Amino acid sequence: MSITKKDVLHVADLARLALTEKEIDLYTAQLQRILSYVEKLSELNTEGVPPTTTTVPPETVYREDRVTVSLAQEEALRNAPSSERGCFKVPKIIE
Amino acid sequence: MDLTSLTIHGLSDKLKKKETTSVEVTKAFLKRMEEVEKKVHAFITVTADEALKRAAEADGRIAKGEGVTPLTGVPIAVKDIFCTKGVKTTCASRILDNFVPPYDSTVVRKLKEAGTVILGKNNMDEFAMGSSTENSAFSPTYNPWALDRVPGGSSGGSAASVAASECVASVGTDTGGSIRQPASCCGVVGIKPTYGRVSRFGMIAFASSLDQAGPFTKDVTDSAIMLNAIAGWDPSDSTSIKAEVPDYRTFLTAEVNGLKIGIPKEYFIEGMDKEVEDSVKEALEVLKKAGATLVPVTLPHTEYAVGVYYLVATAEASSNLARYDGVKYGLRVSETGGLLDMYKKTRDEGFGGEVKRRIMLGTYSLSAGYYDAYYKKASQVRTLIKNDFDAAFRSCDVIATPTAPTAAFKLGERVEDPLTMYLSDIFTISCNLAGIPGMSLPCGFTKDGLPIGLQILGRTLDEGTVLKTAYAYEQATEWHKRRPKL
Repeated sequence: MSITKKDVLHVADLARLALTEKEIDLYTAQLQRILSYVEKLSELNTEGVPPTTTTVPPETVYREDRVTVSLAQEEALRNAPSSERGCFKVPKIIE
Repeated sequence: MDLTSLTIHGLSDKLKKKETTSVEVTKAFLKRMEEVEKKVHAFITVTADEALKRAAEADGRIAKGEGVTPLTGVPIAVKDIFCTKGVKTTCASRILDNFVPPYDSTVVRKLKEAGTVILGKNNMDEFAMGSSTENSAFSPTYNPWALDRVPGGSSGGSAASVAASECVASVGTDTGGSIRQPASCCGVVGIKPTYGRVSRFGMIAFASSLDQAGPFTKDVTDSAIMLNAIAGWDPSDSTSIKAEVPDYRTFLTAEVNGLKIGIPKEYFIEGMDKEVEDSVKEALEVLKKAGATLVPVTLPHTEYAVGVYYLVATAEASSNLARYDGVKYGLRVSETGGLLDMYKKTRDEGFGGEVKRRIMLGTYSLSAGYYDAYYKKASQVRTLIKNDFDAAFRSCDVIATPTAPTAAFKLGERVEDPLTMYLSDIFTISCNLAGIPGMSLPCGFTKDGLPIGLQILGRTLDEGTVLKTAYAYEQATEWHKRRPKL
């Protein structure tokens, strides 16, 4: 599998990263090398092998529906880069 | 008597006998930090005032004999990945440079409840991504045994702070070896418990199916004491295991007669460092003399572990790190180009090189058209790796291996070459993929005076037998008593 500059730009867009030209070139080369290494996995026949996504048996965890104290609005907003009237504030989305 | 050289159990005895006070010990550590911190740089934040306040409270409890635990008044440190209420928590990233959590992680809450005195927050690789602590956005940490060498990573600051006697013990996290490999590099004891044994609540996520917290200590007894304090089910972490937590100190019997130790041939490979190989083989002989039986076992999918890890861990990271968007907390760059522009610029500026590389790799392997070939394939091979351990543990009680293929390497040596850096974790990664517990403890030194680590892996939730084996080895040797000269 070869990875192109175009692939890197596409992935950077999905990952919401504004990479510089230098970073794009660097990652194209480095991701290529890492992906050729992981290509090794294709040596193995995994037909019918179930995937492991967690080592703890995945089950729905239930608890009693009890009201407890949650984070106060003021505290939840304290780390926000920008907030107004109890809300997180972001740059304009709709023109 | 140098108070900073004590173990938890040594210090706890002295505190109970009123031979010293927590305030006196805390001051001794703060002074020690002043002397060595500029050489080692094991901390991002030091909370001296808060520590002295808590030390005085601990002394009050000891005087009254009320609610005293083996950790009351003991000065420790925690990796800067654990949320600490009111104390800056950066994860060694510029994107969280100014983040002050409004709550404590469960690990920190439990350590506070046990009466510890938290001296500060340890340096680390940014978002725990790295094997050398060179990926910290603030400064590297230097190995106390040789200042031109790395302390390992990602919990390098936590390992180095114990080795340099800047705290009695510390807590780090291990996603692919981030406790065991730095413990090995710094000549201290480090244990990664079973996945789910310790709560991940409030521990900043890197790869959620692999991340697990565990202690760094000067000996195995201290490791059991720390584990007693932090282990256990937590309603705030749906992946924490609802199982009884034993008193881990009851396993410290040095009695290994009849214990079967599996030796996997895949971990003694050609090209590995001769001094590491010799020390580990010698350690196995020590355990044999103590009464254990060495059993050859095989873990045939070991060579695929690094590949699986770098697909699974990066996929999970790309998802976890999506939360850093310049909205809820942390850095925000550029207000003028609209929302999408703000996201992209904030993330490009806020994350360091390694973090971006892993987000890119993870996003790629999860993206349309590649998911089956990469993420799904890796998750299937993960099953094969887990099955290898299940099969091996049918013929042995624990597995012993080197922790890392080499002793600590030099700063700068591997930064330009991500793949070589990734291969530093070749012996530690499988343990996380299988979810089992693993420990590293000192088992010798290279001729240049660098520590070498012995790794002991156990069955799911069987930290007890891992500790028992480690304790038997420690009782028969003196390596854990050596300290670096700084």
